[in-house]
Amino acid sequence: MNRLRLQSLVLLLLLCLATPAFAIIEVHTFDDPVKEERYRKLSEELRCLVCQNQNLADSNADLAKDLRNQVYNMIQAGKSDREIVDYMVARYGDFVLYRPPMQTNTVLLWAGPFVLLLIGLAALAVFVRRRKSATREPMSPEEQARLRRLLEQRGGEPRS
Amino acid sequence: MSEKKKASMARYLIPLFIFIVLVGFFAIGLNRDPRLVPSPLVNKPVPEFSTASLEQPDRVLDAQLFRQQKVSLFNVWASWCVSCRQEHPFLVEVAKSGRLPIYGLNYKDQREDALNWLGALGNPYTASVYDQDGRVGIDWGVYGVPETFVVDGKGIIRHKHTGPISPQVWQEELLPLIERIENEAG
Repeated sequence: MNRLRLQSLVLLLLLCLATPAFAIIEVHTFDDPVKEERYRKLSEELRCLVCQNQNLADSNADLAKDLRNQVYNMIQAGKSDREIVDYMVARYGDFVLYRPPMQTNTVLLWAGPFVLLLIGLAALAVFVRRRKSATREPMSPEEQARLRRLLEQRGGEPRS
Repeated sequence: MSEKKKASMARYLIPLFIFIVLVGFFAIGLNRDPRLVPSPLVNKPVPEFSTASLEQPDRVLDAQLFRQQKVSLFNVWASWCVSCRQEHPFLVEVAKSGRLPIYGLNYKDQREDALNWLGALGNPYTASVYDQDGRVGIDWGVYGVPETFVVDGKGIIRHKHTGPISPQVWQEELLPLIERIENEAG
């Protein structure tokens, strides 16, 4: 192929290699790596209420930016992780926790899939056992004779 | 009916029953708006704030606003909010009728833009809190604009409505509560 085509193709391939940058927009600097780790973890454990399928770390929404700032300020002010989470839950409710808390009203949410799996496995076991017992029944002599007759009949007729 | 027939009928009835129960769950669940987040602030005292008024920059507004009447509305709005335009004419009407005061929370806005917006579309607010950085909004659990809170004279948040207020919302959701609060003793 000619030079221009080749260059375009190489450019196209190089562009495909460009991956999205998984970075939060604003830069929050910490003097302490422990605090930085706490900030990172908290932003991943809190939900963005605007883009409700993202955590604070991933969301570009204005509210997410504000809440990340709030988390940053609270860490710098010496608040514990627990205090920060409680602060958010007091204002936005349990839904702000990206991982649903284990409470009486969420037990069904957490246990449900496993319960359904167990029910499904139990139903499967019952079904398989029933089928097995069905095929294990021997044929009565009359049924055996009838089977032989049918096979002989069949054997004498042309294949359809 | 023979025993065998009854047993096999049961086998078909169980999945049918499970199906009907599932349909029931879906019928209820799918008719709800999954984006609505219930507010944990209902029946709790108003979050404290102390912020400048939008119209009068040297006047400070705080939660005392709500104690001046039996019941009032606190409406979160902004000039950049498209849905707010939808509910605004209705809010202006309510304010004109003098039914109850409407206080505003001007959320993450520029003073000039907000004042121009009110100038053009009318100002239903007895006073508006100028929450430029959104800190007051965070304390009130604001996540989408517009939102409206019903606050009683003791400073307790009684209800939160997310989204624009239509005459139907007013009639069915807000007015009965407002009347109930007004009839409360004390």
